[in-house]
Amino acid sequence: MDKLVISGKEFSSRLFLGTGKFSSNILMEQAIIASGTKMVTMAMKRIDMKDSNDDMLIHIKHPDIQLLPNTSGVRNAEEALFAAALSREAFGTNFLKLEIHPDPRYLLPDPVETLKATKMLVKEGFVVLPYIPADPVLCKRLEDVGASAVMPLGAPIGTNKGLLTRDFIEIIIEQSNIPVIVDAGIGAPSHAAEAMEMGADAVLVNTAIAVAANPVIMAKAFKYAVEAGRMAYCSGLASKNKMAEASSPLTSFLD
Amino acid sequence: MNIEINNESYNCTEEKTLQDIANRMDLNKPGVAIAVNMRVISRDKWDNYNMSENDKVIIINATCGG
Repeated sequence: MDKLVISGKEFSSRLFLGTGKFSSNILMEQAIIASGTKMVTMAMKRIDMKDSNDDMLIHIKHPDIQLLPNTSGVRNAEEALFAAALSREAFGTNFLKLEIHPDPRYLLPDPVETLKATKMLVKEGFVVLPYIPADPVLCKRLEDVGASAVMPLGAPIGTNKGLLTRDFIEIIIEQSNIPVIVDAGIGAPSHAAEAMEMGADAVLVNTAIAVAANPVIMAKAFKYAVEAGRMAYCSGLASKNKMAEASSPLTSFLD
Repeated sequence: MNIEINNESYNCTEEKTLQDIANRMDLNKPGVAIAVNMRVISRDKWDNYNMSENDKVIIINATCGG
């Protein structure tokens, strides 16, 4: 499969994996390996002063895997800047999944604060991958201020509804000069394949793998779906026709 | 000396520097970041960072998320 390039760095997998909702860190690590992913997201939280804190990072750290810390929990651009500074210190990377979703009910990203934060974070040297509504105009604005990729949502986080925003993602892909990574809402390998066939550069999957009855096999199913979708896109899909077009000769041989 | 760590009061008896606090709380590992009064203090500065009365410290670590 052709390589994905983000901010000059090459990735041999086009499946990004989120680490939330796994029933154990061991299972999460096995799913990461089975998925073949080279980009893994994680979050930050204040340490618990009373309990011992779980060291999930040892299950992810691998020389081949790029950490993609997110800013989940911030409500505006100012908080995102502070979270980004903490993230760079904690994880030793400039890569950042910028997510600003102040409303916990639908977790929809705030486009105004996201654009503002992206502009400031790029100036501070971050490789910014913003999680955003599937808005083609916003995507061009983010590209203009230096985002390294855009991550439009297929459907709200954790809903598994698939590509509800399909028509807008098509426009985003057509217009974008930076990688388009479909994030959120992808609930089945077929959704991932659909996004890749449309020409998305990558997809990010978390819930659909983490809460599957068998997350490790599901991770593998997503790996194959993403690879199949990419291969199909690169091979040039046949166009749709209104009328039937015979694939067998219609010459009469019984007469 | 009284400071605040993650919004809880914390009494520094022996801890003079941020490194002392990090040692006491077992923070010398990857995935941890500390800010004092909303300014991130990088790990190589912990040793020389002297704590002051009423400092507000935020300590975060890595957690699972998508």
